[in-house]
Amino acid sequence: MKLGIQINEGPYTHEASVSALNYVKAAVAAGHEIFRVFFYHDGVNNGTRYTTPPQDDVNIVNSWSQLAKDHKIDLVVCVAAAQRRGIVDEGEQKRNRKDGNNIADGFRISGLGQLIEAAIQCDRLITFGD
Amino acid sequence: MSDIKKFMYVNRRAPYGTVYAWESLEVVLIGAAFDQLVSLAFVDDGVYQIVKGQDTTQLGIKNFSPTYSALGDYGITNIYVEKESLEKRGLTLDDLIPLTYEDENDNYAEKDSIKVVTASELAKVLEEQEVLLNF
Repeated sequence: MKLGIQINEGPYTHEASVSALNYVKAAVAAGHEIFRVFFYHDGVNNGTRYTTPPQDDVNIVNSWSQLAKDHKIDLVVCVAAAQRRGIVDEGEQKRNRKDGNNIADGFRISGLGQLIEAAIQCDRLITFGD
Repeated sequence: MSDIKKFMYVNRRAPYGTVYAWESLEVVLIGAAFDQLVSLAFVDDGVYQIVKGQDTTQLGIKNFSPTYSALGDYGITNIYVEKESLEKRGLTLDDLIPLTYEDENDNYAEKDSIKVVTASELAKVLEEQEVLLNF
């Protein structure tokens, strides 16, 4: 099955991101296709490489980056939600004249249309969050 | 992408307090460009999102409620409001922003977009959908 994933909450405060990670790993292992993971609302905070949890804690951001690398998964951070919350890639840095960027490996910033496209293209859109 | 799916946006939360209502509306407006069959539902505290006369000056938060009136122009004409949610909050249809659209198949007559439905009627509508976006 072709699956789209929407994540609405940031890492650590809410279990949504870790649940989604586990779900995506299980879905890939079971032979399903992950068309895209779309990060919305505070979910965009999963996409900053500046996240530095204590060493004995899980690094959720790195886990997503690794998963994207291992299985070529498209991780998309919503641009409108990202701008509000200070998640910046090189393009956004130039466009909004910021003094740096913080997007993590394997993530890209794009528009809400990517969520709608995923909903259209996929057999199921699975949402993680309240 | 020629596929046309039935999209339903379910709005369950109060308009301010959290960002979900506003960011839901942003998805709805962007999504309208994709020519899908779109419906909105307002349930639980979500019904407060379309209450008339919202004033956020004391909150220091942007009042985005005028944007709902533009939904008709975006071709979004199926708006379901759960009857029980209104009743529990002492609200009636008269308390809501009059959301309308111009029916191009009926000489552009202005028509109401809002349908007040019971929970069980709404359940049937939800069952017909192919994509549910929950906010």
